[in-house]
Amino acid sequence: MNLTLKIWRQQSANAPGKFVEYQIRDVTPEMSFLEMLDALNEDLLSKEEPPVAFEHDCREGICGSCGFLINGVAHGGQPRTTVCQLSMRFFKDGDSLILEPWRAHAFPLVRDLIVDRSAFDRIIQAGGFISVPTGSAPDANAILVPKEAADTAFDAAACIGCGACVAACPNAAAMLFTSAKITHLNSLPQGDPQRDERTLNVLVSMANEGFGSCTNHGECEAVCPKGIPLEFIGKMNRDLIRALGRRHREPLVIPAVVQEPFHEDTHEHHVT
Amino acid sequence: MLETEIVETNLERESTLIARIPSDPIEQQWDKCRFNMKLVNPANRRKHSIIIVGAGLAGAAAAATLGQQGYHVDCFSYHDTPRRAHSIAAQGGINAAKNYRNDGDSIFRLFKDTVKGGDYRAREANVYRLAQISLNIIDQCVAQGVPFAREYGGLLDNRSFGGVQVSRTFYARGQTGQQLLLGAYQALEEQIAAGTVTMHTRSELLDVVIVEGRARGLVTRHLPTGRLECHAADVIVLATGGYSNVFYLSTNAKASNCTAIWRAHRRGALFGNPCFTQIHPTCIPLSSEYQSKLTLMSESLRNDGRIWVAKEKGETRAPNDIPENERDYYLENRYPSFGNLVPRDVASRNAKEVCDEGRGVGPHGQGVYLDFADAIHRLGLETVREKYGNLFEIYQRITGEDAYQVPMRIYPAPHYTMGGLWVDYHLMSTIPGLFVSGEANFSDHGANRLGASALMQGLADGYFILPCTVPDYIASTKLDPVDTSHPAFMSVEAEVRTRIKTLVSIKGKRSPDSFHKELGKIMWDDCGMARSDAGLRKALARIPELREEFWGNLRIVGGDDELNQSLEKANRVSDFLELAELMCVDALDRSESCGGHFRVESQTPEGEAKRDDANFSYTAAWEWKGLGQAPILHKEPLTFEYVPLSQRSYK
Repeated sequence: MNLTLKIWRQQSANAPGKFVEYQIRDVTPEMSFLEMLDALNEDLLSKEEPPVAFEHDCREGICGSCGFLINGVAHGGQPRTTVCQLSMRFFKDGDSLILEPWRAHAFPLVRDLIVDRSAFDRIIQAGGFISVPTGSAPDANAILVPKEAADTAFDAAACIGCGACVAACPNAAAMLFTSAKITHLNSLPQGDPQRDERTLNVLVSMANEGFGSCTNHGECEAVCPKGIPLEFIGKMNRDLIRALGRRHREPLVIPAVVQEPFHEDTHEHHVT
Repeated sequence: MLETEIVETNLERESTLIARIPSDPIEQQWDKCRFNMKLVNPANRRKHSIIIVGAGLAGAAAAATLGQQGYHVDCFSYHDTPRRAHSIAAQGGINAAKNYRNDGDSIFRLFKDTVKGGDYRAREANVYRLAQISLNIIDQCVAQGVPFAREYGGLLDNRSFGGVQVSRTFYARGQTGQQLLLGAYQALEEQIAAGTVTMHTRSELLDVVIVEGRARGLVTRHLPTGRLECHAADVIVLATGGYSNVFYLSTNAKASNCTAIWRAHRRGALFGNPCFTQIHPTCIPLSSEYQSKLTLMSESLRNDGRIWVAKEKGETRAPNDIPENERDYYLENRYPSFGNLVPRDVASRNAKEVCDEGRGVGPHGQGVYLDFADAIHRLGLETVREKYGNLFEIYQRITGEDAYQVPMRIYPAPHYTMGGLWVDYHLMSTIPGLFVSGEANFSDHGANRLGASALMQGLADGYFILPCTVPDYIASTKLDPVDTSHPAFMSVEAEVRTRIKTLVSIKGKRSPDSFHKELGKIMWDDCGMARSDAGLRKALARIPELREEFWGNLRIVGGDDELNQSLEKANRVSDFLELAELMCVDALDRSESCGGHFRVESQTPEGEAKRDDANFSYTAAWEWKGLGQAPILHKEPLTFEYVPLSQRSYK
């Protein structure tokens, strides 16, 4: 099949960006979406044009590196599928596809379809962990975890940190991502001692990074390649209320963010 | 050119192999070794700097733990965040000799299974320590909140994996690697927030800096800007993974590469058993010439799926139209006692054989059926769905076929490299101060790795071994202050700069991928599942020609001062083009078959791998002598005091 691709090209965060149209021929249904882009890049290279930069690595839908919008839909719209596992058999000859990077204030553009998602790391730094100095753990079976809690924790921990939820949200909120980590750790008895502190710190960090708030659109759940459900946001909000009610320390201590703080001037990549 | 000089073990430290294996009984070696180690006063630890390259299981675990201990740690990753490392893709599980099932497991049994599974080409002392530490790893990960599978009573669940006879594998659905990596990643992020670890993302190691015989720093490239940076430290740890991507198509992530270990090799670190690679039997077959990687399907499928091809070659009917008596269930027929559950190397080799006979299935004839019809008949559709549903889903997403209706098609793919930089018992390479952990070192799996052992080794190295041995090195070594103004940094940086500038200025006609694909084909054909004297010699003639063409005809568009993914790729391919040659040299030199290394000249009358313990019971450690020069072979003899040598048989 032959396709028309309109791809966002932008050499760096501060350079101007624009859509550039490419024709790609002889795409076969066995190819994955990224293999189709590989073929485009080989073609561009042969014409001495700069290949399209896009992030990817495992190509098995688990590392969370890949992701961009295809006709406005994060990862292209097949259920529970990252763009690296998106097969070209879902497209047809003559299709015209618009590819653009995640668009969010908190995800500054790096190049073409690549954005900087390090804000997610800083949310984890604020409290997305259980403190266990190596070697100090009790025997693994000394901690009983009800199967239901373990299953919920797993469902939440399946998040791959790709950022599709943020890209799909009209408010560019990171609520689904953040609630997944809070649900993972707060569901487990191991996570209980730091539960309230974690909830507060992580949510403050999320807000500081410039993500928006949830207004219940549910777009995040619809595009999440790992099926993280919206109900985790509700759980997180319940945990927030619990934490605020039980807070016994004043003032709230927020861990210092030590790496690459967010710069106001590096996020200018609005659609023109 | 292939003549190698055998160096006896009585030479100096720089040119010989001192494995530093404690002389105590095996059960006491690690305890005694730790007792004899020197310690660093907690107040002095922050004055010592440690660089860790790679943030997968082995790297993130070490960075987090050494940070907790109070050292000044810098961690490097070429990814945008440390959570992307390819440890994340491991599916099956992690072994630990907990004996929670009361089915006869023990540290000694895990040790024995691993030595035997590795076909007696691993070091006993290391493997025993690995089995001991396996217990602590599970404790650590559970406390971190890794959501392992549980029973209804709240206790941990286990399964049997990889053909062993006890249930010692802990798992988190089919995403154990992801969950373990997130545990290590979160511990690392906690230390980053605490200020003990500085994380350098999107930074790729391009060379190691040696000062007065010790590893003291790195030159890295900041990928978004192309800026070269020098970093000095007291100790360097490489936790940079394996090199299966030398085959181009493998189950590894696209960026996985050998650059870090290869550059260290060129600076003097010996390379252990480079030809030991594992070809995993159950991957989704190649479907188009554009294919960029191969996807693994968990080995657990072989517990219920039956593997077959048609008896006659040139079969064109759909699988369900081929009558029972015209099918060849070749593993069940050849290995009646193990059937479809033979070890990975045996299953892979047999699949290749039937395909070479022209009996392969699927569009390119490179595949065999893995059929669940009997299992569905016996267990019911629901039970099969419950056990393997997520794998059937992956299969359908990629192939568009419903494996409940038609048999899956599978084919072997390069998966794991047992070889890597040679390290002693302390995980230190032959360059003092350069430690190597996880898949990047050669140490624990011999000639074949058992399922659910890679995660175990990466975490054992990262959480428990390096945090003892690295401080011991710091405490027992006089380390003069070195910073990046030292001339050694300037000269290595200049070399790196020249190399990068050369790559972008060749301005030839071929893309980095086209060279990588061609190299991959050479390696797959002649240094893959079956290796022969003639084939390896052919590859050894071809690889230098390809390398020459690469340096004369490579095309990269764009400069070195911007984010340039073709340049990143080309740089990695340039190292694969050198490593590939060493793999073939090693494969040619080791004329026995063992584990995943099958030399067609060395087989039993039934066509099984035949070891030659009299001549090859050693680890081959190769010394770099320059491009186009024959490397020098050093041998670390292997002795088996606790697990007696025996020939594997799965008949």
